[in-house]
Amino acid sequence: MEIPYAVKPRPDTGVYNAKLGMWLFLASEVMLFGGFFSAYILLRVGAPDGTWTRGLLSVPLGTLNTCILALSAVTTLLAWAACKVRDLGKFKFYHACTILLALTFLGIKAYEYSDKFHHYQVLKTDGTYVDGHFVDARYVDATDPQQERVLHGFKGKSFKEGGKQFNLASVTLNGFEAETLKEINEPMRGHKHEHKDVAVPAADIRKIGNYGPAHNTFTAIYFTMTGLHALHILGGVLVIAYFWGPGSRMWHTEPERFTNRIEVSGLFWHFVDLVWIFLFPLLYLT
Amino acid sequence: MQATHAVSHADVHHDAHDLGFWRKYVFTVDHKVIGIQYGLTALAFLLLGFFLMLMMRWQIAHPGQPIPIVGTLLEMVLGQPAAKGIMSADLYNSFGAMHGTIMVFLAIVPLATGAFGNYLVPLQVGAGDMAFPRLNMASYQFYFFGGIIMFASFFIPGGAAQAGWTSYPPLAVAIATNGQTMWLLGMVFLITSSLLGSANIIVTIVQLRAPGLTWMRLPFFVWSQFVAAFLLLLAFPPLEAAGIMQLMDKVFGTSLFLPTGLAVGGNMADISGGGSPLLWQHLFWFLAHPEVYVLILPAMGIIAEVIANNTRKPLWGYRSMVFASLGLGFMSFIVWAHHMYLTGMGTVIATFFQTTTMIISIPSVIILTCLLISLWGGSIRFNTPMLFSLAFLPMFGIGGLTGLPLGFSASDIHLHDTYYVIAHFHYVVAPGTIFALFAGIYFWFPKLTGRMMNEFWGKVHFWLSLVFMNLIFQPMFAQGMSGMLRRMSDGGANYSASVLEKSGAAVIGGLSDMVMHLNVYILWAAVGLAVAQIPFIINLFWSIKNGRKVTSDNPWDSTTLEWQTPTPPPHGNFTHDITVYRGPYEYSPIGKVGDDFLSQADSGAPTKH
Amino acid sequence: MDDLTPSNISAYTKRCFLVLLGVLCGTLAMVAASFAPLNSHGLKIALILAVAAVNATLVATFLMHIVTERKFVLIVLGFTVIFFVALLGLSSLGQFDHPRIVAPK
Repeated sequence: MEIPYAVKPRPDTGVYNAKLGMWLFLASEVMLFGGFFSAYILLRVGAPDGTWTRGLLSVPLGTLNTCILALSAVTTLLAWAACKVRDLGKFKFYHACTILLALTFLGIKAYEYSDKFHHYQVLKTDGTYVDGHFVDARYVDATDPQQERVLHGFKGKSFKEGGKQFNLASVTLNGFEAETLKEINEPMRGHKHEHKDVAVPAADIRKIGNYGPAHNTFTAIYFTMTGLHALHILGGVLVIAYFWGPGSRMWHTEPERFTNRIEVSGLFWHFVDLVWIFLFPLLYLT
Repeated sequence: MQATHAVSHADVHHDAHDLGFWRKYVFTVDHKVIGIQYGLTALAFLLLGFFLMLMMRWQIAHPGQPIPIVGTLLEMVLGQPAAKGIMSADLYNSFGAMHGTIMVFLAIVPLATGAFGNYLVPLQVGAGDMAFPRLNMASYQFYFFGGIIMFASFFIPGGAAQAGWTSYPPLAVAIATNGQTMWLLGMVFLITSSLLGSANIIVTIVQLRAPGLTWMRLPFFVWSQFVAAFLLLLAFPPLEAAGIMQLMDKVFGTSLFLPTGLAVGGNMADISGGGSPLLWQHLFWFLAHPEVYVLILPAMGIIAEVIANNTRKPLWGYRSMVFASLGLGFMSFIVWAHHMYLTGMGTVIATFFQTTTMIISIPSVIILTCLLISLWGGSIRFNTPMLFSLAFLPMFGIGGLTGLPLGFSASDIHLHDTYYVIAHFHYVVAPGTIFALFAGIYFWFPKLTGRMMNEFWGKVHFWLSLVFMNLIFQPMFAQGMSGMLRRMSDGGANYSASVLEKSGAAVIGGLSDMVMHLNVYILWAAVGLAVAQIPFIINLFWSIKNGRKVTSDNPWDSTTLEWQTPTPPPHGNFTHDITVYRGPYEYSPIGKVGDDFLSQADSGAPTKH
Repeated sequence: MDDLTPSNISAYTKRCFLVLLGVLCGTLAMVAASFAPLNSHGLKIALILAVAAVNATLVATFLMHIVTERKFVLIVLGFTVIFFVALLGLSSLGQFDHPRIVAPK
């Protein structure tokens, strides 16, 4: 039993089934990201003065990623155009570009994420802050203070190793000291803090944490939105890679149906680019 | 235009022989089998939700006392929270949260859209299957998996989610156990299932209509499924966004919904703060309001079909009903904050939502009025589906009208979060939607099985259900108006006048003995309702093999296309090409000799249109 | 689109790269705007988002071919935009609209 209009468009609606299905799915995705954008607005507008982090994200890397994604949108479209004129070689070339660009995007994102996890903020007992990238943490044996460990990762206020407990003695960050949170979250444009190694004794630490999602609402919404966006990119690139590889067998048996699949997956890819076009300025530039 | 590809006899045998048990009944892509899968799963969850309610009603009527018979079973299965067969307050809360979740997301919507929608929409548009059969299978599997996660959450340490089906943070996040996390994960699966299913239904209706089936010739059932699918498609995603954010809060310790200065159990929470609990409410209700129209629209669709068929005349005001449903669908997106009148919102926004809420009652009334006027001058056949449909009209009327004081922000101040709200929405869903779903089951049963369900027991089921549902929910209006709040695990005992009197506190505002005693009557009515379902369950399964056999493929003499297939319909549905020549309700056409109806696919003497 | 042939594909390709150039310029304009010394923070955000909207329109109309889509899809997308705006607008309005406490007389 054959489903009508799976390949050829229905005359009165002008679309074939999968295209309409994809547009409907994209409409729902607009609402999904709409939910997140409304969250962003409410959280940002509701954030007390000085608590919303700005200037944290790397504008050059974000701009590069934006350009990469825009280019991949065009290569996706050209891959479809190649299918339309039955040029398999060009299709393979353009979609190979799309896949490589997408993976580059994800790679840069992964680098940005890991950078956040190495970026720490300490609230000292005197109410001032130290903010910078993690250098090392010194731990001493609870029973024998002469024994110490210098670690290049943070393991909490204390940890157990080989039956012995080690307590945090001090943390060194490469960054700067600040009197208020506002100084850190709202850096003056063009004014860069001087970075130097700052060691903070454990006794002075009231709170310490990295710029992961739990740090503040900005990082929370940043990780959530870009994380979900990255998952969409991953999903999209897996589908495109499938069509580039094993799925391209359909080219030889049903070229028109294959072309439709490339068009529909291309629509999804363009939507993912669209989301980033709004996400980038909101998170990186404003 | 491509005609629906009719299935040849050879096709049918070829398909049926090639597929083994697993491909035919479990991993099937046939919309009819998937519809039945949805139906059976949803009915099972409906029964589960019902049992949860029965246990809760016992606790409300007899707080702190062991539940007879069931109490020991509960203790065996759940352990400590049901120690000695007495429901702990936490257990009550989790039953309450899961009763709502299960009824709305696992029972009614899957039954209305997944079962009835999947089974009937392709048939009524003259198609061989849904537009995306494999996607259809995937959406059932997501639903099933989400249901398993929800069900499994009862058995983990700490039990199921406890913060209401509405899962408001900070409470939902602050409760330290994993039940809420499982609820959120389950919701993600259910929402995905819903999105895939609704896209499928819309594409099927738009693209796979048979030649001649124009939009205004669609049965109202198809229109109702179409609008409901759009509501699910566009309203669910913000809740998915919110669910993901709450998962971030629970699993990664973010404060997207947790405000600064939050204290849990007397201690300051170790969180960044800065989040907004109101944000959750906006995103949740953005879905949950259109969701209630998803609950009612397919029901109205079913009622319309049954009424037209059993009055032997066309629906009155078909066009009005169609435009009213489209208007209803649109308006449903901009009324959500009438669930949030007591969150401290200002008068401007409250007025906006109050206005849109009042406006949205208009299309509902139009549809109900058209259905009512459709009865005028009809040759009414009082069979079981028709009885349920007739009862739907006043029951939905009560439910709808009692929504009005809730829609006005001023009167809602008194009624919000009281039993009045519970009575209102249960009237719409229980003797409303569920009656329509029963009507549908009795009506379409012969198409699925080739046999009729037993009429006598169907009528017993109907009358008992009607009486007991009213006995359960009618007193709740009184309880709510006298101030009894929702979600109280002791049934309001702490606020009853007699308890307040004993403690020496002021009695003004305390719940009177009469109001408290109504809880006991409600419990008995609930037990009565449970007993009333037994004939239905037995009838449903017994009739599959032993019901009276039908003598034609169209035992109700219906005009719509689903009755033009063999019984039960084979894979591919129609054995001859379908072309539609007329509207969906050509009953008693003027000048017709013989049968008093003209099927949509009948090319005979055309009447109007 | 349906009329893509080996003869007019190079013109099509050229148009695609022109759109890309537009999007890249828009991106750089956004970044530049973020460094502009504007007094009002709100105005800056509005300007940046306006440029983003232009970029988005370029992608949607030319790369997603919305410009050649038929009525039904356009109607669905139109309603989606309305509901998107309603969600963001009304929930934001709720943030700013508070009951005003009037001192008792």
